[in-house]
Amino acid sequence: MRFTLKKDKSGVVIVGVEGQLIVGNRQELKQKVLDALEDGSRKFVIDFSKTGYIDSSGLGVLVSLSKKIREQGGELRLAGLNADLQTLFELTKLDTLFAITRTAEEALAAF
Amino acid sequence: MKLNVPSDLAMVGDAVELVASHLPPGTLSPRRISFNLRTALAEALGNAIRYGTGEDPERIVRVQVELGRDAVRIYVVDDGHGFDPTRLPDPTHPDNLEREYGRGLFVIRHLVDDVEFNEKGNGICLTLRAG
Repeated sequence: MRFTLKKDKSGVVIVGVEGQLIVGNRQELKQKVLDALEDGSRKFVIDFSKTGYIDSSGLGVLVSLSKKIREQGGELRLAGLNADLQTLFELTKLDTLFAITRTAEEALAAF
Repeated sequence: MKLNVPSDLAMVGDAVELVASHLPPGTLSPRRISFNLRTALAEALGNAIRYGTGEDPERIVRVQVELGRDAVRIYVVDDGHGFDPTRLPDPTHPDNLEREYGRGLFVIRHLVDDVEFNEKGNGICLTLRAG
């Protein structure tokens, strides 16, 4: 399990989630994104192309982060969901809450 | 397979991997082990540790896995007071959609074939049928 953060040339923060996003590590992701928000970043992409599974605590953290980023005038986009993760977002109806793209590149291009 | 998991949320990922990696191939497809079983077990363990044992490091959550030809059954039991699983709000209702919590049992019910609770409400049995 590992979270990586990098900023592209237009200032968008791309967060990679390797392994899983679950109850045991969600606070680490939350803190990393909130730190970047505190430092002035406003546009975020979370890339799940290397993610195996996400539990409801992981989903909850995404909801929480999305709200905090929007409150600061920013935007959070999600990308790289495999078929199972896409289904998870659809059955919880969180696909209606997030802008979801197939790849991180597509998310970056949409900002 | 029996496992005593310390009441520590940081242990959930390792416990899930331990169970998933010890399941012999055959009953469940690799994809269902990789996603359905891992996600549902992480949910059940997270709920038991957070709400059942209050993240008290002195307490444990018991996991028992029964492997049959037709199904895999996973029991997760804590020593807490239990809860009433019928009294949970619908997390997909528009009023609840932006809540951070409250999706765990909903997700479990969609990922496994059967969910049963013991009478006290402090034990859950997840059944994943072969396939």
